[in-house]
Amino acid sequence: MANTQSMCTSFMGELLTATHNFGTAPTRGTTAADTFKAALYLASATINAATTAYSSTGEVTGTNYTAGGVTVTNATAPTATNSSSTAGVAYWTPSASFVYTNVTLTTAFDTVLLYNSTQSNKAVSVHTFGSQTITAGTFTLTMPSNTTTTALLRLSTT
Amino acid sequence: MIVTTTKGEMDDSLLERRSGEVDNENEFTTWTEYWLDGELVHRSAHVTLKKMPGYAGAETASF
Repeated sequence: MANTQSMCTSFMGELLTATHNFGTAPTRGTTAADTFKAALYLASATINAATTAYSSTGEVTGTNYTAGGVTVTNATAPTATNSSSTAGVAYWTPSASFVYTNVTLTTAFDTVLLYNSTQSNKAVSVHTFGSQTITAGTFTLTMPSNTTTTALLRLSTT
Repeated sequence: MIVTTTKGEMDDSLLERRSGEVDNENEFTTWTEYWLDGELVHRSAHVTLKKMPGYAGAETASF
Protein backbone atom coordinates (compact mmCIF):
# COMPACT_ATOMS: atom_id res chain seq x y z
CA MET A 1 0.00 0.00 0.00
CA ALA A 2 1.05 3.60 -0.47
CA ASN A 3 -0.31 6.94 0.55
CA THR A 4 -1.50 9.39 -2.10
CA GLN A 5 -2.00 13.11 -1.80
CA SER A 6 -5.49 14.19 -2.78
CA MET A 7 -8.46 16.21 -1.74
CA CYS A 8 -10.95 13.74 -0.32
CA THR A 9 -13.88 13.09 -2.58
CA SER A 10 -16.21 12.88 0.42
CA PHE A 11 -15.18 16.45 1.29
CA MET A 12 -16.30 17.73 -2.09
CA GLY A 13 -19.64 16.06 -1.66
CA GLU A 14 -19.94 17.54 1.81
CA LEU A 15 -19.27 21.00 0.37
CA LEU A 16 -22.48 20.54 -1.57
CA THR A 17 -24.36 19.88 1.66
CA ALA A 18 -22.72 22.67 3.70
CA THR A 19 -21.06 20.23 6.10
CA HIS A 20 -17.73 22.10 6.37
CA ASN A 21 -17.23 25.72 7.33
CA PHE A 22 -13.78 27.35 7.17
CA GLY A 23 -15.12 30.85 7.65
CA THR A 24 -18.34 32.44 8.78
CA ALA A 25 -21.41 30.63 7.62
CA PRO A 26 -25.04 31.67 7.65
CA THR A 27 -26.99 30.46 10.68
CA ARG A 28 -29.15 27.58 9.62
CA GLY A 29 -32.42 26.92 11.34
CA THR A 30 -32.86 23.50 9.78
CA THR A 31 -30.89 20.62 8.30
CA ALA A 32 -33.23 20.49 5.32
CA ALA A 33 -31.98 21.33 1.84
CA ASP A 34 -32.19 24.95 0.81
CA THR A 35 -34.66 26.15 -1.80
CA PHE A 36 -33.14 26.94 -5.17
CA LYS A 37 -34.71 28.93 -7.97
CA ALA A 38 -34.06 29.48 -11.66
CA ALA A 39 -34.44 32.91 -13.26
CA LEU A 40 -34.21 33.77 -16.96
CA TYR A 41 -32.11 36.66 -18.27
CA LEU A 42 -32.18 38.69 -21.44
CA ALA A 43 -29.49 38.16 -24.04
CA SER A 44 -28.50 41.78 -23.40
CA ALA A 45 -27.89 41.20 -19.66
CA THR A 46 -24.52 40.64 -17.99
CA ILE A 47 -24.74 37.46 -15.93
CA ASN A 48 -21.53 35.53 -15.49
CA ALA A 49 -19.02 34.08 -13.01
CA ALA A 50 -18.86 37.45 -11.25
CA THR A 51 -22.59 37.35 -10.44
CA THR A 52 -22.98 36.98 -6.67
CA ALA A 53 -26.75 36.96 -6.21
CA TYR A 54 -30.05 37.06 -8.04
CA SER A 55 -31.05 40.49 -9.32
CA SER A 56 -34.04 41.58 -11.34
CA THR A 57 -31.74 43.72 -13.48
CA GLY A 58 -31.71 42.17 -16.93
CA GLU A 59 -34.26 39.53 -15.98
CA VAL A 60 -36.97 38.72 -18.50
CA THR A 61 -40.41 40.22 -18.04
CA GLY A 62 -43.63 39.19 -19.65
CA THR A 63 -47.03 37.63 -19.30
CA ASN A 64 -47.18 34.87 -16.66
CA TYR A 65 -43.48 35.14 -15.82
CA THR A 66 -42.92 35.81 -12.12
CA ALA A 67 -39.83 37.80 -11.18
CA GLY A 68 -37.32 35.45 -9.60
CA GLY A 69 -38.27 32.55 -11.85
CA VAL A 70 -39.37 29.08 -10.86
CA THR A 71 -38.54 26.88 -7.89
CA VAL A 72 -36.11 24.08 -8.66
CA THR A 73 -37.15 20.51 -7.89
CA ASN A 74 -34.46 18.96 -5.71
CA ALA A 75 -35.29 15.35 -4.96
CA THR A 76 -31.83 13.87 -5.46
CA ALA A 77 -29.04 14.57 -2.98
CA PRO A 78 -25.50 15.30 -4.23
CA THR A 79 -23.30 12.32 -5.03
CA ALA A 80 -19.54 11.93 -4.47
CA THR A 81 -17.66 9.23 -6.36
CA ASN A 82 -13.99 8.22 -6.49
CA SER A 83 -12.65 7.55 -9.94
CA SER A 84 -9.15 6.63 -8.69
CA SER A 85 -6.91 7.07 -5.63
CA THR A 86 -6.15 10.62 -6.79
CA ALA A 87 -9.36 11.77 -8.40
CA GLY A 88 -13.03 12.01 -7.66
CA VAL A 89 -16.06 14.07 -8.44
CA ALA A 90 -19.04 15.40 -6.50
CA TYR A 91 -22.08 16.32 -8.51
CA TRP A 92 -25.71 17.35 -8.40
CA THR A 93 -28.48 17.98 -10.90
CA PRO A 94 -32.02 19.23 -10.35
CA SER A 95 -34.45 16.33 -10.53
CA ALA A 96 -36.94 17.94 -12.89
CA SER A 97 -36.99 20.35 -15.81
CA PHE A 98 -37.42 24.09 -15.31
CA VAL A 99 -40.80 24.88 -16.87
CA TYR A 100 -42.19 28.36 -17.54
CA THR A 101 -45.77 27.71 -18.57
CA ASN A 102 -47.90 29.80 -20.94
CA VAL A 103 -45.56 32.77 -20.93
CA THR A 104 -44.97 35.52 -23.43
CA LEU A 105 -41.37 36.69 -23.42
CA THR A 106 -40.88 38.82 -26.50
CA THR A 107 -37.37 40.09 -25.82
CA ALA A 108 -34.67 37.53 -26.60
CA PHE A 109 -33.24 35.66 -23.62
CA ASP A 110 -30.40 33.16 -23.47
CA THR A 111 -29.46 32.56 -19.85
CA VAL A 112 -30.74 30.91 -16.70
CA LEU A 113 -29.33 31.74 -13.27
CA LEU A 114 -29.56 29.07 -10.58
CA TYR A 115 -29.60 30.66 -7.14
CA ASN A 116 -30.27 29.88 -3.50
CA SER A 117 -33.43 31.63 -2.38
CA THR A 118 -33.01 30.36 1.18
CA GLN A 119 -29.59 31.99 1.54
CA SER A 120 -30.24 35.59 0.50
CA ASN A 121 -30.62 34.65 -3.18
CA LYS A 122 -26.91 33.89 -3.51
CA ALA A 123 -25.87 32.81 -7.00
CA VAL A 124 -24.93 29.21 -7.78
CA SER A 125 -24.37 28.87 -11.53
CA VAL A 126 -25.06 30.47 -14.88
CA HIS A 127 -26.11 28.46 -17.93
CA THR A 128 -26.48 29.81 -21.44
CA PHE A 129 -28.27 28.48 -24.50
CA GLY A 130 -29.31 29.70 -27.92
CA SER A 131 -31.35 32.90 -27.81
CA GLN A 132 -35.11 32.36 -27.50
CA THR A 133 -38.42 34.19 -27.43
CA ILE A 134 -41.72 32.70 -26.35
CA THR A 135 -45.20 33.71 -27.49
CA ALA A 136 -48.19 32.35 -25.58
CA GLY A 137 -46.21 29.18 -25.10
CA THR A 138 -44.11 27.15 -22.72
CA PHE A 139 -40.37 27.33 -22.25
CA THR A 140 -38.83 24.14 -20.89
CA LEU A 141 -35.24 23.66 -19.77
CA THR A 142 -34.46 19.99 -19.40
CA MET A 143 -31.50 19.09 -17.24
CA PRO A 144 -28.50 17.07 -18.40
CA SER A 145 -28.05 13.54 -17.09
CA ASN A 146 -26.95 13.42 -13.46
CA THR A 147 -23.60 11.71 -14.05
CA THR A 148 -19.97 12.37 -13.16
CA THR A 149 -19.35 13.92 -16.57
CA THR A 150 -22.60 15.70 -17.39
CA ALA A 151 -24.26 16.77 -14.13
CA LEU A 152 -25.30 20.39 -13.89
CA LEU A 153 -22.96 21.08 -10.96
CA ARG A 154 -19.66 19.23 -10.59
CA LEU A 155 -16.66 19.59 -8.31
CA SER A 156 -13.68 17.43 -9.18
CA THR A 157 -10.12 16.72 -8.20
CA THR A 158 -7.66 16.98 -11.04
CA MET B 1 -55.03 19.73 -31.61
CA ILE B 2 -55.87 22.84 -29.62
CA VAL B 3 -53.08 25.41 -29.40
CA THR B 4 -52.84 28.29 -26.95
CA THR B 5 -52.27 31.47 -28.95
CA THR B 6 -52.33 35.22 -28.52
CA LYS B 7 -55.87 35.02 -29.94
CA GLY B 8 -56.99 32.40 -27.43
CA GLU B 9 -57.19 28.67 -27.93
CA MET B 10 -57.32 27.67 -31.57
CA ASP B 11 -57.39 24.46 -33.56
CA ASP B 12 -54.02 23.91 -35.22
CA SER B 13 -55.74 23.17 -38.55
CA LEU B 14 -56.37 26.91 -38.82
CA LEU B 15 -52.70 27.77 -38.30
CA GLU B 16 -49.43 27.48 -40.17
CA ARG B 17 -46.94 25.41 -38.17
CA ARG B 18 -43.20 25.99 -38.32
CA SER B 19 -40.60 24.15 -36.29
CA GLY B 20 -36.87 23.73 -36.00
CA GLU B 21 -34.04 22.44 -33.87
CA VAL B 22 -30.51 23.24 -32.77
CA ASP B 23 -28.11 20.51 -31.76
CA ASN B 24 -24.62 21.32 -30.53
CA GLU B 25 -22.29 20.31 -27.71
CA ASN B 26 -24.06 22.58 -25.22
CA GLU B 27 -27.75 22.01 -25.95
CA PHE B 28 -30.42 20.27 -27.96
CA THR B 29 -33.24 22.68 -28.65
CA THR B 30 -36.53 22.33 -30.45
CA TRP B 31 -39.02 25.07 -31.14
CA THR B 32 -42.52 25.24 -32.55
CA GLU B 33 -44.30 28.26 -33.95
CA TYR B 34 -47.87 28.78 -35.14
CA TRP B 35 -48.71 31.63 -37.52
CA LEU B 36 -52.08 33.12 -38.42
CA ASP B 37 -52.28 35.32 -41.50
CA GLY B 38 -48.60 36.22 -41.22
CA GLU B 39 -48.74 36.93 -37.48
CA LEU B 40 -46.86 34.85 -34.90
CA VAL B 41 -49.50 33.71 -32.42
CA HIS B 42 -47.62 30.96 -30.56
CA ARG B 43 -44.00 30.02 -29.97
CA SER B 44 -42.74 27.38 -27.56
CA ALA B 45 -39.19 26.13 -27.06
CA HIS B 46 -37.63 23.16 -25.29
CA VAL B 47 -33.94 23.39 -24.41
CA THR B 48 -32.10 20.32 -23.14
CA LEU B 49 -28.82 21.27 -21.49
CA LYS B 50 -26.18 18.67 -22.25
CA LYS B 51 -23.53 19.60 -19.76
CA MET B 52 -22.11 22.26 -17.53
CA PRO B 53 -20.09 24.53 -19.84
CA GLY B 54 -17.37 25.13 -17.28
CA TYR B 55 -15.81 22.38 -15.20
CA ALA B 56 -14.71 23.18 -11.68
CA GLY B 57 -11.54 21.59 -10.41
CA ALA B 58 -9.94 21.25 -6.98
CA GLU B 59 -6.35 20.63 -5.97
CA THR B 60 -4.37 20.19 -2.77
CA ALA B 61 -1.06 21.86 -2.21
CA SER B 62 2.22 19.96 -1.99
CA PHE B 63 4.66 20.57 0.85
